[in-house]
Amino acid sequence: MHEMAVTQSVVDAIVAKLGDATVTSVQLEIGRLSGVVPDSVRFCFDVLCTGTSLEGARLDIAEPAGRARCRDCGEEFALDDFILLCPCGSADAEVLTGRELRITSVEVGHV
Amino acid sequence: MCDTCGCSDSDVRITDHDHTVVMEQDILAKNDELASHNRAHLRESGVFAINLMSSPGAGKTTLLERTIRDSGVPCAVIEGDQETLLDAERIKATGAPVVQINTGAGCHLDASMLHRALHALSPPPGSTLFVENVGNLVCPALFDLGEAARVVVLSVTEGPGKPLKYPHMFAATDLVLLNKVDLLPYVDFDVAEFERDVRRVNPAAALLQVSATRGEGLTEWYDWLRRPDRS
Repeated sequence: MHEMAVTQSVVDAIVAKLGDATVTSVQLEIGRLSGVVPDSVRFCFDVLCTGTSLEGARLDIAEPAGRARCRDCGEEFALDDFILLCPCGSADAEVLTGRELRITSVEVGHV
Repeated sequence: MCDTCGCSDSDVRITDHDHTVVMEQDILAKNDELASHNRAHLRESGVFAINLMSSPGAGKTTLLERTIRDSGVPCAVIEGDQETLLDAERIKATGAPVVQINTGAGCHLDASMLHRALHALSPPPGSTLFVENVGNLVCPALFDLGEAARVVVLSVTEGPGKPLKYPHMFAATDLVLLNKVDLLPYVDFDVAEFERDVRRVNPAAALLQVSATRGEGLTEWYDWLRRPDRS
């Protein structure tokens, strides 16, 4: 389960940036084509935050949908999976959104 | 400087009770940074690193044993498994330099593991370094190690539909090796359908059919390893 390593990276990056400050919530973006399962991250988050400055923090995950632009016809189209097929029939497309794997922001409480 | 937590970040917005720290940072930034470091180090050393991935039992280690013995390409190997030195011992018997990484509970290699292994191995300049990832078609796809190329091995005994079921793995590879093709007469595996499935998730990947035990297709694989445009 790579979500454990992904979530550990979230915790490490926040602690590295904010030190001991009490974190009350964390905002992530996990795109629907990123290969990471948000529910697994939620599960790992509670486990990995125990005993850190993130313990008890709320986790908000935005899940941007996949979109791509066809390099042949120039149209944008929705991408529900990894099959890069434009309605025009071309498979030559560029993924625009859906692969996000980002920490957007965190809320820090007053101490 | 933020008064609440003392962080020196300028991206801080104070609200009534809590304050928001804008991070806008890739979750895997640390891994990707280390991977870039590995990539630069490998390039400077003239070592061409290949991240070799597959499910368990697809034939990665057998392919490597044969490649080391027959290809004439100078090879070094980093073996990744959860436990044991079994694969490293097989590679050691071929005479190629090898180190084993045991990930314990881990299901994939990451850039820091490769970094430590590179220091232990010091692959010779001009060599091809095979990084045999943990057998798994899911997790290794997500972690850049700093490799120059990715190769996915799938064996015909694993059945149909794998590129569509595990698209992340197949979408990010440079070459797909279909292994154990000597067993095609005995299994229900449609090669044309497999190639179509690979193309649907990765139109650019090269595709070769091989048998690591019987030798079919290996000349093309060795040619791919020696191709002049590798960087």
